[in-house]
Amino acid sequence: MTPKLMTNRRSVLKGAAAGGLLAAAPLAARFASAQSSAPIKIGFQQHSTGIGAAYGRWYGRTTEAAVKMINDAGGINGRPVEIVAEDDGTDPKRGAEVLEKFANQSGCDVAFGTLFSHVVIGSAPAAGELKLPYFVVSEGHHVASGMLNRYTLQPGITDVKSQVQAMAPYVSENLGKKVTMIYPDFAFGHDHRDYFSAAIKEQGGEVLEMIAIPPTETSFTKYFPKIPRDTEVIYHVMVGPAVLTFVKELGEFFGPSRPEIFGFIDSLEAVDLASPGLEFLEGTYFWEGNPRYAQEDQTSHDKMFREAVGVDANGASVSDPKDVSTYAHMFGCWETLHVIKAGMEAAGYQGPEDRAKLIEAVEAMTDMPQSDAHPQGPKRFNGKTHQVFGVQYISKVEEGKLVKVHTTSIEDTLYPDEVDYTSMSF
Amino acid sequence: MDFGPHLLLAVLEGAVGAAVLALTALGLSLVFGVMRVVNVAHGEFFMLGAVIAWFVATSIGGHPTVGFVAALALAPLIAGLVAVLVDRLILKPVKYDPEATIVGTIGVLYILQQTALMTYGPEARPVEPPFSHRIALPWFEWGENGFAMFYPWGLSTNSYKLFVIGAAIVILLAFWLIMTRSKAGLIMRATQLDRETALAFGIPVSRVYSIVFGLGAGLAALAAVLIVPIQQAHYLMGHDPLLLSFIVVIIGGLGSIRGTVLAAVLIGMSDGIISVFLSPTLSKIIATLLVALVLVFRPQGLFGKKPA
Repeated sequence: MTPKLMTNRRSVLKGAAAGGLLAAAPLAARFASAQSSAPIKIGFQQHSTGIGAAYGRWYGRTTEAAVKMINDAGGINGRPVEIVAEDDGTDPKRGAEVLEKFANQSGCDVAFGTLFSHVVIGSAPAAGELKLPYFVVSEGHHVASGMLNRYTLQPGITDVKSQVQAMAPYVSENLGKKVTMIYPDFAFGHDHRDYFSAAIKEQGGEVLEMIAIPPTETSFTKYFPKIPRDTEVIYHVMVGPAVLTFVKELGEFFGPSRPEIFGFIDSLEAVDLASPGLEFLEGTYFWEGNPRYAQEDQTSHDKMFREAVGVDANGASVSDPKDVSTYAHMFGCWETLHVIKAGMEAAGYQGPEDRAKLIEAVEAMTDMPQSDAHPQGPKRFNGKTHQVFGVQYISKVEEGKLVKVHTTSIEDTLYPDEVDYTSMSF
Repeated sequence: MDFGPHLLLAVLEGAVGAAVLALTALGLSLVFGVMRVVNVAHGEFFMLGAVIAWFVATSIGGHPTVGFVAALALAPLIAGLVAVLVDRLILKPVKYDPEATIVGTIGVLYILQQTALMTYGPEARPVEPPFSHRIALPWFEWGENGFAMFYPWGLSTNSYKLFVIGAAIVILLAFWLIMTRSKAGLIMRATQLDRETALAFGIPVSRVYSIVFGLGAGLAALAAVLIVPIQQAHYLMGHDPLLLSFIVVIIGGLGSIRGTVLAAVLIGMSDGIISVFLSPTLSKIIATLLVALVLVFRPQGLFGKKPA
């Protein structure tokens, strides 16, 4: 037999490994100060499909941008951040499975990102069982109500109870006292129903009628005759793939003689205000978590945030002006990731054994000033209820654009604690 | 809102639903009647129609009417061609065996749905209606000054919605004429009555099957093109039409055109009216209950023929 020069599988693998190391060398140098330079893995529970898909797309872009910024600045504790995104189909059952996958298969340090309240409520028990810190970006009151567990936190976006409580005085003083509410028939809509009707009563107003609509509904005109004749203000909030139909049919129903209309921008998130059929919205009001259109008094932080995520002054994608963002919500992903970073650095986080330390570090947080890490505005975190509080915006539609007319204070949004998660054991 | 205007609004909304449902269910009924195939993927052909309508309307541009008319012609055609392919590649090889076709069409359901998700994406997108005017409707009342006409608050409809109802009626009439007056209809009816004898008389049954399956899918797609300017195209939109079509076809009698149309009007109207006055959940409960009652007391459906 003549000896042959041949490359076998092993030598190829060895060569590839060496090549990989070489290629990764600048990365290793950049994150060299860490004890371990393995990436910190953040499981991103993303609504890529299902009724939350528009949010999922923009939560994804915001997350990518935030991680890029964090990594460019040296990562967390000297380690790079890696996002493990997994589609939950906007489905609670799938959501819990995704968390399990994060903890047991992908080796994620924490989980983050969920918006829809039924998915949060369905997934949080799994987070508790897996002892996986679960940072939600959901708006629901379920975190602060005490319904969930010590592993679930909401440090990057305010909850519905504080939002509607801060809206009620403006609505009753400027728009009217007799309100009819239209909301989606699931946990998020029920938060609106319960807390707004209580808050408007405190202002001397009343809710005449509450119209619940299933979130999967596609045709809405049939619900509107339930609106009482003496309604002064329509309060609407809707979610799901049919929001544009909802608002259009609302306008068609009223025609030229509409009452005052106050909506949560959720009803039009990811929808172009210039869509045909929405002209009647001129002069109506919206709650906005973060103003979609760049305002006259735009901060440098908002400007930086828009540029990083790729959003233009009208709140649409810079590459496609028809691709409108979920601007009132997606800042929550950006801010939550920065809270995770701050928490991990304060806790000296090294690995999954430090998860409890991380939660304690976040619980110890209080004031977060407006900055590049918090572009939406200043925040105040309540460690006991695991919920953050912040300013809210009210905008009016003027010439087809949302113009900010009112900014609440943080104090307007506060309410007494309903739970003390810090007293629960890990 | 007063009871009278409220009822009128409910009837109008119900009529739009019934019109679209009648077309969709007719496709399902036709396929079952002629081919004895339970097409579980029927709702996805509906979705396909809406999604193709969006692609056609956005790629053509110009006045919305141009895009809409093009979609009206192209979407049913393309959906029909896809269905013919499904017939040739899946249904024919399994020899139209009832169990195998159910499993096969479930597979088609997922293939179509996921293909739409991968190409069209998870968003809901609107197609601009060719025309859309709000029409305020008057109401009559005996008041203090005798007979009077007035425009109640919120009582209105939309010219496009009326067009949908009209278009559906025209399509249904055309379909009925084709089935009863044309040679193609005769061949389809012959195949439905007795496959073996039709074959013996030289009817190319296999080709008839392909055409019928394509026609059934085309009807669903056509219904979707009509509704997509009111609702929006979404990759999951096939669920409800499928469920309702099955309800309609079971109540009306599988394979009966007359029964299907009547049952569609019944279910569409009751869905509109019950969900307006009571609750949408209740209307679904009642429709499902009706199916159960029909299955127990009249298994062949209201207008179906008893099996010999």
